[in-house]
Amino acid sequence: MHEYAVTQGVLDIVLTEAKKIGVLKVTEIRLVIGDLSTIFDESVQMYFNIMSEGTLAQGANLIFKKVVSRFRCTACGNEYDKPKKGFECPQCGELGLPTGVGREFYIESIDVE
Amino acid sequence: MEIKIMKNIMEANDRLAAENRALFRDRGMTAVNVMASPGSGKTSVIIQVIKSLGAEIDIGVIEGDIATNIDAETIGRLGIPVYQINTGGGCHLDANMIRMAVQNFTLKKRSLLLIENVGNLVCPSTFDLGEEYKLVIASVPEGHDKPYKYTSMFMAADVIILNKKDLMPYIDFDKDSFYKGVRAVNQKTHVFEISCRTGEGVQTFISWLRERVQEGM
Repeated sequence: MHEYAVTQGVLDIVLTEAKKIGVLKVTEIRLVIGDLSTIFDESVQMYFNIMSEGTLAQGANLIFKKVVSRFRCTACGNEYDKPKKGFECPQCGELGLPTGVGREFYIESIDVE
Repeated sequence: MEIKIMKNIMEANDRLAAENRALFRDRGMTAVNVMASPGSGKTSVIIQVIKSLGAEIDIGVIEGDIATNIDAETIGRLGIPVYQINTGGGCHLDANMIRMAVQNFTLKKRSLLLIENVGNLVCPSTFDLGEEYKLVIASVPEGHDKPYKYTSMFMAADVIILNKKDLMPYIDFDKDSFYKGVRAVNQKTHVFEISCRTGEGVQTFISWLRERVQEGM
């Protein structure tokens, strides 16, 4: 639901970086987004298309590298992708804790001309 | 040509939040970001805090709301300084809104600042406001599955209130499942079971909050 604000953040960073290096056009933007970040890719692209009009980044393609959240079992130490339901370790059934993988929320790189 | 960026998308917000946090700490203020679904009792909890601590601690309230000032009026009637932010449809408060509110709002030093976020269990968890504590309120009628469905919110919480505990006998609320979900994503947080309607459990939370405010002074 907060995709508008997120998109504004992406655009601001990309334009600042692009102007710093003096590029003419940004053609692709790679975002790394953990699945705990609660944003909807298609909405970000939609906002981006509108908000980037008339800027260096107009028409740029957004690539979302999604990171599945990883949990570590408190009992057996197994690391696993968060199951669809609950947080239990698929190996022993005990509770796991978040490892931090899945909270990523950054711009990795851009392609420029 | 590819250019590495490696920058946090939230960096503009996070920078302003850090400034807010420094300002609050410098003034000995304890800021609490109150987040929950609509109708879970954010305003009711704030009213309980004002009634319990208003005589001994200076309290200010920032009210986030999509369009109305209903909650701000309720708080204002208690004689507490209140600043209204209308997000105009926006689903969360951000650090810039808090910065502007603070500039237009006289906040006493060594006080408690309660920030009522927009009712929403998703978006507010992403936006640091510069608060010292994120208070997440869940309520019994919402069901025990909320920590499973809104993981990032319960992960972010520094303290959790389970409100409307007086409704427990009437609702199929699986407390074990709720606590299991909370503990899976957040081991450090306190959970206070309260009822704003009957007052049950409220003073235990108030004691916790009083200590945090005194620490921050």
